[in-house]
Amino acid sequence: MTLDRTSTITLVAVMGAALLLALLNQMTAVGSAAHVPTYMIALAGKYLCFAMLALAVDLVWGFAGILSLGHAAFFALGGYAMGMYLMRQIGTRGVYGNAMLPDFMVFLGWKELPWYWHGFEWFGFAILMAIVVPAALAGVFGWLAFRSRVTGVYLSIITQALTYALLLAFFRNDMGFGGNNGLTDFKDILGFNVQADSTRSALLVISALLLCGQFLLARFVVDSRFGKILIAVRDTESRTRFLGYRPESYKLVVWVLSAVMAGIGGALYVPQVGIINPSEFAPGNSIEAVIWVAVGGRGTLVGAILGAIIVNFGKTWFTGALPEVWLYALGAMFIFVSLFLPRGVMGLFRTRQTKEPEPPAVAAAHEVTG
Amino acid sequence: MHRIIALLFLIILVLPASRSHADTTDDAYDELSASALAISPSSFDSVRQGVEQLAVSGDPRAAVVIGALHDGMLFARDDHLLFIQQPDGSYADARTGVPAKDVTDDDVKSVRVNNAVRSAIDAALGSLQLFAPDAPTRLQAASAVFTSHDPAALPALDKALAKETNPEVKRRMEQAKAAALLSAPDVSQADRLAAVATLRARGDQDSRSLLSALAGQTGPVADAASAAVVSIDHVLQIWSLAQSVYYGVSLGSVLLLAAAGLAITFGVMGVINMAHGEMVMIGAYVTFVVQQLMHAYLPSLYGISLLIAVPMAFLVSGGVGVVVERSLIRWLYGRPLETLLATWGLSLVLQQVVRSLFGANNQQVDTPGWMSGAYQLGGLTLTWNRMYIILFAFLVVAALMAALRYTPLGLRMRAVTQNRRMAAAMGIRTPWIDALTFGLGSGIAGIAGVALSQIDNVSPNLGQGYIIDSFMVVVFGGVGNLWGTTLGALTLGIVNKFLEPIAGAVLAKIVVLVLLILFVQRRPRGMFPLKGRAVEA
Repeated sequence: MTLDRTSTITLVAVMGAALLLALLNQMTAVGSAAHVPTYMIALAGKYLCFAMLALAVDLVWGFAGILSLGHAAFFALGGYAMGMYLMRQIGTRGVYGNAMLPDFMVFLGWKELPWYWHGFEWFGFAILMAIVVPAALAGVFGWLAFRSRVTGVYLSIITQALTYALLLAFFRNDMGFGGNNGLTDFKDILGFNVQADSTRSALLVISALLLCGQFLLARFVVDSRFGKILIAVRDTESRTRFLGYRPESYKLVVWVLSAVMAGIGGALYVPQVGIINPSEFAPGNSIEAVIWVAVGGRGTLVGAILGAIIVNFGKTWFTGALPEVWLYALGAMFIFVSLFLPRGVMGLFRTRQTKEPEPPAVAAAHEVTG
Repeated sequence: MHRIIALLFLIILVLPASRSHADTTDDAYDELSASALAISPSSFDSVRQGVEQLAVSGDPRAAVVIGALHDGMLFARDDHLLFIQQPDGSYADARTGVPAKDVTDDDVKSVRVNNAVRSAIDAALGSLQLFAPDAPTRLQAASAVFTSHDPAALPALDKALAKETNPEVKRRMEQAKAAALLSAPDVSQADRLAAVATLRARGDQDSRSLLSALAGQTGPVADAASAAVVSIDHVLQIWSLAQSVYYGVSLGSVLLLAAAGLAITFGVMGVINMAHGEMVMIGAYVTFVVQQLMHAYLPSLYGISLLIAVPMAFLVSGGVGVVVERSLIRWLYGRPLETLLATWGLSLVLQQVVRSLFGANNQQVDTPGWMSGAYQLGGLTLTWNRMYIILFAFLVVAALMAALRYTPLGLRMRAVTQNRRMAAAMGIRTPWIDALTFGLGSGIAGIAGVALSQIDNVSPNLGQGYIIDSFMVVVFGGVGNLWGTTLGALTLGIVNKFLEPIAGAVLAKIVVLVLLILFVQRRPRGMFPLKGRAVEA
C-alpha cells in the first residue's frame, strides 16, 4: 500500500499536533507562555474521537453509499462499555461506598450487580465489549437491512429509528445504565487518575495513534479490491449484482467495520470527557457526524477527519463566544454545503490525483429506485 | 331527673314506629328539638334518629335544617322549637323559615352533635339529594349512595324510588339499593339474589368489588355472586379493549395529522423534508399568536380562535414551504441525501428563529370551552379534545384526498409527479406546481400544528418529537398513498396503545420501532406499495 501525499500530510499533522500538545502540557510550567492548559488537551482528544466517528461514517457513506443517521449509536455503545469499566473502578470511593455496586444502583435500591455488568472490572473485557457490542448490533441490523435490499433514504430513516429506540431505552432506569444521568464521576483508568494532566496527555496521544491506525485501515480497505467493489455497489448496486457480486455481503462487512471504528472512538471519548449519558444516542448527534463528513468532503477519508475537527472547533468557539448563533451557523452549514459544496472542503483543494467520486446525483438516482 | 329524661326517650323512641307516615315530619322536628335539650350522651342517639327520620320525610325544609345542623347553626328553645341562626345573627323558625324576631341568643341553646350524629348528617344530606328537584343532582346522589352502599340509606332510597320518574335516575337508584341491600343484615335470599342480578347487569369495576366480597362465602347468593364476577370481568375486558382501541385511534389520528403533510412532500414529491416537524411547530406558534391577537383585539370571538388559526396556520406554514422550495429544495431534486442534510439544517435554523422570537419556554395555548370535558359511553371515557382531533384528522385527510382528486391543481400535481416531462409538454408549469405541492404539504403540517397545540407543549422542539414517527407512518403505509398513510397511522397508534399496558410507554415505543424496522425488511415499500411505471420514474 502506498500512501498519497494528502494522506501522509494528514497522518503527520494529526500525530505531530497531538504529540506537540501533550509535550507542551507536560514539559512546560503552568503559567508559562508555551504552556497548553489541560482543558485544551481534553478538547483536542475529544475532537480526535469525533474524527474517528466521522471516519466511520465516511467509510460507509462515502464508499458504500449507506447514509447512516444512527452512527452515534455505535459510538455511544462503545462509550458505555468503557464507562462501565470506569464505574467499576470507582469501587468504595463512591458516595455510598459500595464496593460492588455503582452509586446509581445503590440509590435505586438494587442489591446485586446485573449479569451484564459482570466482567467489566477487567479493562480487556471492557475493550472487547466496546468492539463486540457495536459489531453485533451492526451485524444484526445490517444483515436484516441489506439482505432485504433496504437502501437509500429508507435505510437512513430506519438507522435514525434505531438510535432513537436506543435513546429511549437508555433513558430508562430499569436498564441499569444510570438512566438519565448516565455514567460519570470516574476516578481511575488502569490505575491512573483520569483527571490527571499526564493521563489526559497520554489519552490524547493514544487517540491520535488509534485515529491514524483507523485511517490507515480505512485507506487500505478502500484501496483494496474489496474497496473497488464497494465503490461499484455505491454507484450502481444493481449492475454490480448482475456482474455476480453480492452487494449485501460487501455492505455488511464494511458496515460492521465502520461500527467497530465508531465504538472504539466512543470508548476513548468517555475517559476524556468524563461522562456518558443517553443524549449521546440523540438522532441529532448522528446527523451532526454526517455534516462533519459533508463539510470535509464525502468519500475522501481525509475530509472526514478535517471536517470533524473544523466543525467541532467552530462549535466550541461559537458556543463560547456567540451561543445564540451556533445553531444558525450549524444549520446554515448544512444548507450551504449541500447546495454549494457537494465535495466539501476537500473539493476546494482537489489535490488527490485519483478520480473523485461521481457527483452524488447519479448515485442518488439509483438510491431512489433501489 | 334522670328517670324523667329516660322516660321521655322511651316515649320518643316508641312513638314514631306506631305513627303513620303523614306526620313523621312533625315527629322528627319534635324529636330533634326535644333531644337537643338533653345533655346526657344517650340524647345524641335520638338526635341521630331525628336526623334520619327527617331525611326520609321528604319535607322540603329538611335539607335546610340538616344543613344548619351540619354547620352548627341549629338552635333549640326550651319549648322544643327549633331555630336556625341566619348569617346576620338573627334567628328563623326551622320548620317554616319565617324570621323569629323575638328570639335572642339567651333563649336558645345550640344543638350539639357527636361523631355518630355527624355521620348520620352526612348520610342524610346524601339521601336528601335523592329528592332534589333536578335530575342530575338526584343521579349524583344515587351514585354516592352506591359508592357508600350504606344500608342506612335504604328507607330513603325506597321512598325516592317510589317517586322517581326519570328512567336513568331510577336505574341508578335501583343499583344503589341493590348495593345497600347486599351490605344490610336480615335481607331475604330472594332479595339478595335480585340485588346480585342488578349489580351484574351494571357490570363495572365498583359492582365487581362489591360482588367479589360476597363471592368468598358459601350458599346460593355467593354462587350467584361469583358467577356475576366472572361475567363482569368479561364485560370489563371488552370495555378496556374498546378503551385501548379508542386511545390507539386517538394517537393514530395525531400521527395521521403529523404525517399527512409528509405524505404529500415525501410520499408524492419524494422530497425528504426533515424540517417537516418545524412546519408543524410553526402552525402551533401561529395558533398561539392568533389567540394572543384575538385576546387583545377581538375578545368576543376568542372562543373560535382555533377555527381562525386553522386557515392562518395553513397560509403561514404553506408560505414558508413555498419559499423553502423555491430557494432550497428545487436545487436538490434527485439528490435525496443532500436534501435530507439541507432540510435538517433548515430545521435547526427554523427552531432557532422561533427560539429567538418567542423564547425557549413553552407558550400557553388555551383550549376553548367547547373542547374540554368528556363524554361517558358505557365504560368508555371519551374526552372532547381527543374526539375533535380524531374528527379533524379525518376531515383534513378527506379534504386532502378531494383536493388531489377533484381540483385542477390536484390534477396538475398528479400529472407532474407521474410524468414530469409529459406534463411539461402539455403546458403545465412544472416548477410552479412543485412549489405549490410543497406548499400544500407544508400547509397541512401547519394545520396539524393547530391540533397538536391542544395536546402538546408549544415549544421550539415541538416538531422534533413527530418527525421520526411521521416518516415511520409514511414508510409503513406505503409511499405516495394517502389511504396507506391513514391506515398506517391508525395501525401504529393502536399497536402502540395495546403494547403500553403490557410493556410500559417507553418500551412499547421501542417495540413498535423495532417491529417497524423488521416490517420494512419484509415489505420495503410499505403496506400499500405503488405499482406500475410511475414507481421507477
